[in-house]
Amino acid sequence: MTTRYFGAPIKRNEDKRLLTGQALFVDDVELPGMLHAAFLRSQNAHGRIKSIDVSTARARKGVVAVYTATDLGYYWQPGPLLVPPPPIAGIVFNQRTQVPLAKDKVRHVGEPIAIVIAESRYIAEDALADIMIDMEPLPAVVDLEKALAAGSATVHDDLRSNVAAHVRQTKGNYAQAAAKAHCIIKRRFLYDHGMSSPMETRGVVAQWDARAGQLTVWDTTQAPVFVRNGLAGMLSLSERQVRVIAPFVGGGFGPKIMMFYPEEVLLPWAAIKLNRPVKWIEDRLEHFFATTHERSQIHDAEIALSSDGRIVGVKDVFLHDTGAYDPYGLTVPINSQCTLLGPYVVPHYDSIFTAVFTNLPIVTPYRGAGRQHGVFVIERLLDFAARELGLDRAEIRRRNLIPPDAFPYNNEIIYQDFAPLSYDSGNYEPVLDKALALIGYKDFIASEQPKLRAQGRHVGVAIACYVEGTGIGPYEGAKVQVQANGKVSVATGIGTQGQGHFTVFAQIAADQVGVDVRNVDVVTGDTDQFYWGAGTFASRGAVVAGNAVNEASKVVRQKILKLAAEHFECAEDDLEIANGEVSIVGVPGQFIRLGELAMRANPMRGAVKPGTEPGLESTQYFGPPSGATANGVHAMIVEVDPDTLMLQVLKYVVVHDCGTVINPLILAGQIHGGVAQGIGNAFYEKLVFDDEGQLLNASLTDYLLPTSLDVPRMELAHTVTPSPLNPMGIKGAGEAGAIPVGPLFAQAIEDALGLAAQNVELCEIPLSPNRLWELVGKAHSKS
Amino acid sequence: MKPAPLKYMAATSLDHALRLKADYGGEASFLAGGQSLIPTMNFRLAQPAVLIDINQLSDLAGIARDGQTIHIGAMTRYRALERDPLLADALPLMTEALPHIAHPQIRNRGTLGGNLAHADPASEMPAIVVALGGRLRARSAAAERWIEARDFFVGPLTTALHDDEMLVEIELPAPVPRSGSCFMEVARRRGDFAMVGIALMLTLGKNGDCSSIRIALCGAGETPVDASDAASGLIGQPIDGEAIGDVAASVQQSIDPPGNMQASKEFQRHLAGVLVKRALRAAWERATHG
Amino acid sequence: MDSEKHDIVVTVNGMRYLRQAEARMLLSDFIRHELLLAGTHVGCEHGVCGACTILFDGHPVRACLMLAPQANGHEITTVEGLAPSPDQLHPLQQAMHDKHGLQCGYCTPGILMTMTAFLAEHPVPDEAQVREALSGNLCRCTGYQHIVDAVLEAAEKMRDVK
Repeated sequence: MTTRYFGAPIKRNEDKRLLTGQALFVDDVELPGMLHAAFLRSQNAHGRIKSIDVSTARARKGVVAVYTATDLGYYWQPGPLLVPPPPIAGIVFNQRTQVPLAKDKVRHVGEPIAIVIAESRYIAEDALADIMIDMEPLPAVVDLEKALAAGSATVHDDLRSNVAAHVRQTKGNYAQAAAKAHCIIKRRFLYDHGMSSPMETRGVVAQWDARAGQLTVWDTTQAPVFVRNGLAGMLSLSERQVRVIAPFVGGGFGPKIMMFYPEEVLLPWAAIKLNRPVKWIEDRLEHFFATTHERSQIHDAEIALSSDGRIVGVKDVFLHDTGAYDPYGLTVPINSQCTLLGPYVVPHYDSIFTAVFTNLPIVTPYRGAGRQHGVFVIERLLDFAARELGLDRAEIRRRNLIPPDAFPYNNEIIYQDFAPLSYDSGNYEPVLDKALALIGYKDFIASEQPKLRAQGRHVGVAIACYVEGTGIGPYEGAKVQVQANGKVSVATGIGTQGQGHFTVFAQIAADQVGVDVRNVDVVTGDTDQFYWGAGTFASRGAVVAGNAVNEASKVVRQKILKLAAEHFECAEDDLEIANGEVSIVGVPGQFIRLGELAMRANPMRGAVKPGTEPGLESTQYFGPPSGATANGVHAMIVEVDPDTLMLQVLKYVVVHDCGTVINPLILAGQIHGGVAQGIGNAFYEKLVFDDEGQLLNASLTDYLLPTSLDVPRMELAHTVTPSPLNPMGIKGAGEAGAIPVGPLFAQAIEDALGLAAQNVELCEIPLSPNRLWELVGKAHSKS
Repeated sequence: MKPAPLKYMAATSLDHALRLKADYGGEASFLAGGQSLIPTMNFRLAQPAVLIDINQLSDLAGIARDGQTIHIGAMTRYRALERDPLLADALPLMTEALPHIAHPQIRNRGTLGGNLAHADPASEMPAIVVALGGRLRARSAAAERWIEARDFFVGPLTTALHDDEMLVEIELPAPVPRSGSCFMEVARRRGDFAMVGIALMLTLGKNGDCSSIRIALCGAGETPVDASDAASGLIGQPIDGEAIGDVAASVQQSIDPPGNMQASKEFQRHLAGVLVKRALRAAWERATHG
Repeated sequence: MDSEKHDIVVTVNGMRYLRQAEARMLLSDFIRHELLLAGTHVGCEHGVCGACTILFDGHPVRACLMLAPQANGHEITTVEGLAPSPDQLHPLQQAMHDKHGLQCGYCTPGILMTMTAFLAEHPVPDEAQVREALSGNLCRCTGYQHIVDAVLEAAEKMRDVK
């Protein structure tokens, strides 16, 4: 091979279309005779629908149809449970999934009640105001602790309480071990995670071709194959009659994999019923209610330590807000529970959580998917432990790192992929050392910080570690094919939302098949191009689909070599493939182009040997036995204005190990974006609900996404510990940037403002100038 | 998020616009830059039946100086204000505040008059014209009148303009010698409405004592808050750390901030004090060293 | 209520169009769904995200904060009009590709329109100026760093050409 693309900073194949405005997004689909949908959504967080009158809306000029739950007949069904609860002994799980349109009760603000379909979105919105609803308001369940108190209203009338799930997982015997510990540190932590807010909201276009009996759905989903299968089932169509296309998708970060959203169920149904294409594009206001969130957990956690700062055990009891329904099972709280253990040796662990139904929008994974919550708890506990024991913050972490000879390291409890939480590989101390060196930790504390403090500047440093379970199964597949024009096509079933799949999959295939990376055409997210697959989530695209592409490409390579060896009448070992040609090593001028071989593999005449498959093509699947565990350390220096409590990040360092790197340019982009979302989570983004369950800041004016002035320049470094779980040795990287930013901010701000001396501890995220001022002020008024 | 149905008319002259407004009255809104009005229409919080587009009225745009008075046409876009050397020279307070208004794309379209007539108490420019002690010219088809800036803002999104009137011109006095000004705000992100902002004008006597001080705050009340009276204890006094602290305390006591999504009442009050001190020091420095 | 249509004659990327549109139609919708220039994206429809930024008479504005009839008689440039030819990208487009300044690409058209205008006015920008100019365009994927790098590189390349 002359060029090796794998591992190189290859520029992206998909860029040109995106840069020139030629990439197709769902809202770009224009079809003749297309209608437009708008949804009447509940204004109440909790209420009983007594009557709905849509007659005026139906009569409005330009309105084609208005449907409520009763119009759906037996098509009205609660959605499927995406992820069943893991096999954990004693688990309680109450499945209550969302419905297409609220029938008797509404359970959160924004829950759809009626769909209006009109000649334009403008008219459809006009008609929403025509619909009369008689709603009996019910007390809203908002506060997690009150939700569990006796006498609370219940979100689901058929349940006696608001408990959605109850799970306990243990390792060792915490109680016994803690009794002998040198000290125990116990705190309450609140971690609130906002919403993913991709720049493109969700959208669905559905077209029914009655003559062909063919339904085509363009959907901003991260999981087109499951949407196809589900729709076929609901609509009593053959899967072959349903084509779901996730074209270019403008960011997702988790919530776009949720299914079935009511709109995904209703648009195809309406398109068939009306025999006209129908488009629905979520507007930004709807997005705040109609797309899933992540939200708060309350942890009562304690850590038991030996006198030299070694973790004896951790106990954590937490509440998890699952929102009005729980279609995504327990992925988020299980991630919190598992990821809390971090890169540390925790011999004894006792973790109990209760997932709680509330009258708030549904909670499903958003980048990090609950991992942040767990990392915040353990990292903060270690900070407080270091203070208690008089240890340096970096040192207490170092002492507890899992040693490199302990891998695979089994944490015994069950992870979100139902497999035991086992870390496949890792070498944690060099990552910590590198981060400390890059941030200049020792020097900052010894000289820089005192110097700046003497000038009256409030600067602080922080360091936080994490692991991330990535690349989980079940599987993905890929079809790789050499075409007669010499180009290679790669098709997979996952969706893509900007991660560079068109490039990284091309790199993998190009290396195996020996073509220019620009001559590999990747298709993702079109169920007519690839039938099977799960989706893009859990930092798994590159790991799972990437390995499938690699496996299929390897088979194609063998087919190429076999056919070329027959052509040249030589041994396969004498051949090399490069630049789209197969040639005989050491014999210049003896070559055959791949396109020609592809034609020979699909002959027009003559006979082929028995057992021969046509074409230079292969479809292969890859499913890892369990997830690959990436890890990293973030470090930061921050300056805080003690009067306004505004802060500025002076330096930000990420050292990360995600195994073998496919494309460092794309990896850097993933980390940068993750950190930016982590910063949003730590200091800017908060969904503010009142006691009635109303979201008070449902606009991008009030829900603060970080801008180019709020995200600092980041310095990245990597170490490489390949994963033994897949042949390429890769681990996922999509979520890593976002995970440890909360504890990093809390620690750095405490350090900058010298809060320890004032007995102020930051045990909650998100923080804000206002909240910091309250916390500092509270401490002052106490003292 | 699409506007409700409306009737749109592009006025071809000021008289045309005023005639239309006289005809439609409260049903109609003028469409200037639209950078505040159209978002509220997209949320359907505003549903004007009639929009009178005044973007073609180029006579209403422009900046001119006449002795010690600066005249700014109501349709002057922020873009023009930002790039105007005359304004930077004559009214550094306004120039200092302009970059805090949203983002370049908004400032390319947004107009000073449209902003003032929208009367958002969190907005920067209302505080600026109040601090500068400006006055505003209102026209109707039948008449014309001047309104002092401090009387123009009546409540949140409410002005002293009558239904048939248009704000056509802003007149601002240039600062006298030995003056210094400062605009500052604390906003979560650049371009956001501030948690609190301050516009401060200070003039020193020959002996270096304060001879006049004007303060207006944005985000601190239902209108731009004129805190000049609260600061008036400084007049005739020398300026030092203690005097500055007194002014800050006095302003803090005088205001009753409403609280907003990013800052509680109490935090707003705290920030107002911080800003008074910082802006007063900066203005003092500027007045002293020109 | 009045839903009369207005004649709109508008020049977009050098091409003149005549269309009718309802008074209330947002300029962003008009460009995307009437002129079928779908490269201009819509992210928030309240003027915050910047995805819909176009050049209106040469200056970047939010297309979601204007009504279609307001474009009558004016000139607009959209992302489709940025590249000098089908085989050649604008230096900023090229730099965004070279520096990996885009991921999902949804915010990219707005960023290109904002920053090409910025570069025309600021041929020698520093990073702080670039970040400030970029702050009215939200990007959820990149963390901005590669975009900033791309703008700085494009500035350099554009100076070399001159």
